[in-house]
Amino acid sequence: MTAAATPVSNVRPRAARRLRGGSIGLHTVVIFLMIIWAVPTVGLLLNSVRPGTEAAASGWWTAIFPPYSFTFENYAHVLEQSNIATNFLNSLIISIPATVIPIFVAAFAAYAFSWMEFPGRNILFVVVVGLLVVPLQATLIPILKLFAGWGIAGTFLAVWLAHTGYGLPFAIYLLRNFMGSLPREVFESAAIDGASPVTAFFRLAIPMSVPAIAALAIFQFLFVWNDLLVALIYIGAVRPDNLPLTVSIAGLVTSIGGGTEFLGAAAFLSMILPLVVFFALQRYFVRGIVGGSVKG
Amino acid sequence: MEERIIYAIIAVIGVPAALITYIWGTEQFLRIFPERVKPRLRPWLWMLPALGLLGLFLVYPMIGTIIASFQNHPGTAWVGLDNYGWFFGSADALSALKNNVLWLIFLTLLTVGFGLLVATLVDRVRYETAAKSVIFLPLAISMVAAGVIWLYMYQYKPPGAVQTGTLNAAIGVAGVGPIPWLQVQDFSVNTFMLILVMTWMWTGFGMVIISAALKGINPELLEAARVDGANEWQVFKGIVFPLLVPTIVVVGTTMIITALKAFDIVYTMTGGNLETDVIANLMYKEMFRFGQFGRASAVAVVLLLAIVPIMFFNIGRFRAQEAVR
Repeated sequence: MTAAATPVSNVRPRAARRLRGGSIGLHTVVIFLMIIWAVPTVGLLLNSVRPGTEAAASGWWTAIFPPYSFTFENYAHVLEQSNIATNFLNSLIISIPATVIPIFVAAFAAYAFSWMEFPGRNILFVVVVGLLVVPLQATLIPILKLFAGWGIAGTFLAVWLAHTGYGLPFAIYLLRNFMGSLPREVFESAAIDGASPVTAFFRLAIPMSVPAIAALAIFQFLFVWNDLLVALIYIGAVRPDNLPLTVSIAGLVTSIGGGTEFLGAAAFLSMILPLVVFFALQRYFVRGIVGGSVKG
Repeated sequence: MEERIIYAIIAVIGVPAALITYIWGTEQFLRIFPERVKPRLRPWLWMLPALGLLGLFLVYPMIGTIIASFQNHPGTAWVGLDNYGWFFGSADALSALKNNVLWLIFLTLLTVGFGLLVATLVDRVRYETAAKSVIFLPLAISMVAAGVIWLYMYQYKPPGAVQTGTLNAAIGVAGVGPIPWLQVQDFSVNTFMLILVMTWMWTGFGMVIISAALKGINPELLEAARVDGANEWQVFKGIVFPLLVPTIVVVGTTMIITALKAFDIVYTMTGGNLETDVIANLMYKEMFRFGQFGRASAVAVVLLLAIVPIMFFNIGRFRAQEAVR
């Protein structure tokens, strides 16, 4: 109704939303789901600002009602751990290239899979997708031996490469699905106009794939930032000073033993950056990740 | 510290620059070849970094794993199918296999189901971003932290004591329980409790991807159906859902793979005890705790074989998709 009254423009009128609703029932269900999903985290957050003795004696919800006894000593304790700042920096140094490298490498491969003809293309792509299932744990020992042989065990380079290798199947799968569904005519006319594949890639394929790349960046960053196993195995024993934040948080659990209130504080400190990244990038991918599904 | 700053600079500037230079360099390199060879050579140069890294980090160790699965544990002698014989004769291994089937079915159904439900519902409310952020948030939490969060949820104190665990306190209000959630083996209750933790974490994944596909559907299409008198349910069933199917398949496939590889939550919350073990944790235990590389490798190969049907399904879907392109 209002859609007809709105002048034609790129801005979608509110009334032309995909699905209509707005009943009490809808809001009840949505808010109920939000509460269910938020409760576990809120519980930990509240316990992280309560004194350890109280958190052990009563449930987190008692903190909502008076008498209030909030404290930041758990956070202070975690921050006083002298290596936490170093670990934070290490996590950054590990996560940024381990997100950037697979995106570039996967984008090159996905572009070749989408828009270049070569024998065995489909079979090779299927093999790549098949590699999605290789359990990480099965690769640890052979790779560690290899790294030791090359003398890069314990270095950032080792974890960058490892995370890239492990992240590539999903990255190629996602980007190939998206790039492959971009309109063929765009690339054909670019080729007729004499654009080289490199130009078409950087000028057309990449800008058009921003939603998929943003989604991929978020997922890969989260996987790497939250990774414990890869860092522990490839850096662990050799260069403890290069370890990321997750390892020191896991260390808090074992060293304090039962001091879960410190863990809550540490967990929240480690969540800050991933949340910033999520909120910063989410607007880029609201318009669509899986291009193949929207061709209709 | 200085070394670290240099690393940081390499990380932020050097790495992307090197990769862009590489792909630009391939075109310069191709100039030395005749025109007719170029298109044949080009795709391989574009795929070279990906294929090299995949080969090194996934294919090479996997071949090593397959070979090791036919050897004894120090890798000094061939033992034929002994390691597989152990797997299919061990009650623990079969229980892990059964649990993985539960994971596969329920984690996939729950994450896809909730993801679809949330994506569809929040599309109609004004606080969509807030709602999506709340559902997505758990995915930003590390498995270690998630494990601790849920130990609080499932915490059990003997009857009569103050229940500090959220779930037991909640059912206590209704006069039920307390129930030691992670210890109840009947009907695999404890395994289901672990699956719920992963559902809580991964619903955001399904939601984000399905929601993105939903945004891509042309609203005029739906408006037309409404003008023709279709109600909301008919619009969803007749138009929205069919258009979402390819996306749902992508999410479903990813979740099946996640379920088969489930490890961290089991490792942190129960350690695989009390009949909650899964294949990936079984493999980890055989490899790093018992030093049984041969057996661990056999477990890994079983996991790989379990995925073969899904691979074939993917091939079929991929072919069908290519056919309409």
